[in-house]
Amino acid sequence: MPHLKVDRVSKVYKVGAFGGKELLAVRDVSFEVQPGEVVSLIGESGSGKSTIGRMILRLLPVTRGAITVDGVDIAQLKHKKLKGYWRTTQGVFQDPFSSYNPIFKADRIFRLVRESYFSSVGSAEWKSKLAASLEAVSLDPGQVLNKYPHQLSGGQLQRLLIARALLLDIEFLVADEVISMLDASTRIDVLNLLGDLKARGLGIVFITHDLSLGNYISEKTVILRRGAVVEMGATDKVFGNPQHPYTKMLLASVPQLHSKWEELDPQLKAQITELAGSQAADRPYAEAGRAVLPADRDGAELVEVEHDHLAAPV
Amino acid sequence: MSQAPTAPLASPVDASQVEAPPIAQPMTGLQETLHFALRNKKLVFGLSMTSALLLFAIIGPYIAQHGPLVYTGKLSLAPTTKDGYWFGTTLLGQDVFSQFVTGLRLAFIVGALGGGIAAIIGMVIGFTAGYRSGIVDEGLNMLTNVVLVIPTFALLLVIAAYLQVRGIMMEAVFIGITSWPWAARALRAQTFSLVSRDFVDMARLSGRSSWQIIFKEIAPNMSSYLFMMFILLFGGAILIAATLDFIGLGPSNTISLGMMMQLSVQNAALQLHLWWWFLPPGLAIMALVGSLYVMNVGLDEVFNPKLREL
Amino acid sequence: MSLLVDDLKVYYRTLAGDVRALDGVTFAVGDGEIMGLAGESGCGKSTLGNSLIRFDTRMRYIGGHVTLDGTELPIWDTAGMDAYRFDHVSIVPQYAMSALNPTRKIGAMTADLLRARGVSAKKAFPELRRRLDLVGLSDDVLDMFPLELSGGMKQRTVMVISTLLNPSLLIADEITSALDVSTQKAVSETLVGFRDRGFVKSLIVITHDLAILYQIADTILVMYAGRLAEKASGETIISSPRHPYTRLLISSLPEVGIRYSEKKLVGIPGTPPGLLDPPQGCRFRDRCPLASKKCLEAPPFVEVEDGHHVACWEEAA
Repeated sequence: MPHLKVDRVSKVYKVGAFGGKELLAVRDVSFEVQPGEVVSLIGESGSGKSTIGRMILRLLPVTRGAITVDGVDIAQLKHKKLKGYWRTTQGVFQDPFSSYNPIFKADRIFRLVRESYFSSVGSAEWKSKLAASLEAVSLDPGQVLNKYPHQLSGGQLQRLLIARALLLDIEFLVADEVISMLDASTRIDVLNLLGDLKARGLGIVFITHDLSLGNYISEKTVILRRGAVVEMGATDKVFGNPQHPYTKMLLASVPQLHSKWEELDPQLKAQITELAGSQAADRPYAEAGRAVLPADRDGAELVEVEHDHLAAPV
Repeated sequence: MSQAPTAPLASPVDASQVEAPPIAQPMTGLQETLHFALRNKKLVFGLSMTSALLLFAIIGPYIAQHGPLVYTGKLSLAPTTKDGYWFGTTLLGQDVFSQFVTGLRLAFIVGALGGGIAAIIGMVIGFTAGYRSGIVDEGLNMLTNVVLVIPTFALLLVIAAYLQVRGIMMEAVFIGITSWPWAARALRAQTFSLVSRDFVDMARLSGRSSWQIIFKEIAPNMSSYLFMMFILLFGGAILIAATLDFIGLGPSNTISLGMMMQLSVQNAALQLHLWWWFLPPGLAIMALVGSLYVMNVGLDEVFNPKLREL
Repeated sequence: MSLLVDDLKVYYRTLAGDVRALDGVTFAVGDGEIMGLAGESGCGKSTLGNSLIRFDTRMRYIGGHVTLDGTELPIWDTAGMDAYRFDHVSIVPQYAMSALNPTRKIGAMTADLLRARGVSAKKAFPELRRRLDLVGLSDDVLDMFPLELSGGMKQRTVMVISTLLNPSLLIADEITSALDVSTQKAVSETLVGFRDRGFVKSLIVITHDLAILYQIADTILVMYAGRLAEKASGETIISSPRHPYTRLLISSLPEVGIRYSEKKLVGIPGTPPGLLDPPQGCRFRDRCPLASKKCLEAPPFVEVEDGHHVACWEEAA
């Protein structure tokens, strides 16, 4: 049974002249993804969520801890085995126009996959494989093949990338802010597509800053702040019964469509102002271990609040 | 909790009830580039001038009636149509026209070879440094900076002292291996900015190796930039060669435009009013290098849509 | 009425022809009103916002009138508009965070700006410091370089500078798009605070995020493909929209609370039309479930009830 496990993973960057200082981008994060399940990594900028996604995709090395897929530590994979890993796990990123080489046609992404993984497959078979993938993402081959990226819309481009991933028969998909640059009317279609794929057995790591999206699509949620997990567990429990002040603040800051910010609990409001004020001191390169909230203790173990719901101690 | 949306909406009606007028086909990338290219005055001017000079350089030596280094016995002859001394002769009796076309041909060769070598070295170092940051980048940067500050004239003087005979190849190679640093720097910067784009990550996720990515994804994206860079290196090489020749460090077995200028100065051509000796080579160098640079500016406008005037 | 826009048409010049980005727009914004301008990419909202203050080189004024506090603004005349910019009409541009000169301290840049408008920096700075304090920034900001501030801080600094001379109209162009959710709230509330304190008379807030508009705007104007679709109070637009586009848009927004497993949301199939050669009549008809033959004629933007305008044959009936 396929299984993606992130086990006490940390990422440390060396910054400054001669790499004297350390930047702790990800601190001791652990979670698991099963097939047919969407796990949301939710956080603001600097939370480390994209870094985790890239580590899962082997685009960045892990500094401490291990990421295992089907029991195999992916850090050990090299050359052929690494290439093989990308048949099980793929990614789609935020900016559809950056994900395509602008001087080539959009469907070149399929050709790259074919040359790397399906070089022995015949033309007719490849065509039908491609058609099946495009159908799975509700795209009409006549409308999207043989076109340049600037001739297609953001939604179509993202779907093509998902189709590309599906060609490889992947088990896990890392979706990094895949719809934040799309228009509101197309967002939901791509999101629903991910829901369909989930129903067909794909495990998805859904990275986003938008809590309502995370709540809509995922079974499990991991809330990240400055590289560390602040709260995690089943989505309805994390959203329905938030424990950590940061989670509560995030939920309260989201603009809702049927209740106004003024209607918030005054105590919560005060907490939010305090948190927002403390974030005013944010610098692009925060020093490792320098927590702004006294609550952010390095290496603090998460406490079980209820079944399938953990939170960092306050 | 959220409200249910208002009344459920029926499926869309097929609204293509009116024949839409045919939309003009947008131009393809190549057609669009050519369209702008042909309308850009600087590019057209620069290209025509350079092509004219090239044609002259190719055909010239075949129509010259005397050898470039032959002493014809007719000293300081002004330009005349008799006997093919169209550009006159030098103080020592050599045919200026023949020297001129030989020099022009050599200028193109030095430009292509010297510029080409510099371009290749610049590309290898620039791409590698830009793609692999970290210690490789730092090392290559150091190398680039060292070569940048080496005093090329001093180096050439030392080499000249050791070599009895210096050919045009030697000069071209020397220029090539000393003028690549700025190209490497520029390419490194461009590569940096492209490497951070997601399509590079996508190529990696498709199992591509680093060199495949550099040559198949990044370099093609910079093709216009590489082209323009080569033209600058070409022009620069010609100019450097002319300068080296002028101070006497040119090839010892042939004649070039810079050498013509050097000889004319040495022999007081200006004072002796032998204008036909130094004016043609001087104007040629100016015209060639100038038209290359003008062409480059025009190309920049063609390739970069933001610089175009509508 | 503070701002009156009458049949404004602004097109973009391109090689292939004119892109009809803003094709006949009429509306009014009252004193003290915060009007949200919502729509998806390509609908013309940024064009509208920018045309009220500064035409860039590609924009072409075709027709229409803009009147602010009774005076007509010569928007087609870049030099003529100079008299109105900053004191009467001001803007917090998109990517305002990059609008700050990275090589100058913020105080120095602001002093330059004020001097260019003929205002003595010495006289204006005490008020500037007071306002920075009000939005939660310390005086030290004036001595810092933009690089030293976070995104939210830069955004608020630009907002204070843009409103220093108490303009009648402030245009806020996507000021919250690049910010984190907690900073979005702080910046949006700062904007409302400006109106409440009288630093600006009326505000046009341009964004694609309807939820934020619901929180801070008095009225919301929804645009589609260069034309107006619907205008009503924030409450009405969200809870009882009349234009099919607005209704489909609202119903496609996920709110915290809606889950895929319980109820799948639906998007709007298709894409907005190209504006180089826009379709005849109502521009939404290709994607509209209520489209009929009548829609081949462009519906007028009419008032269907008090303060509620819609451009749709079906809904205006």
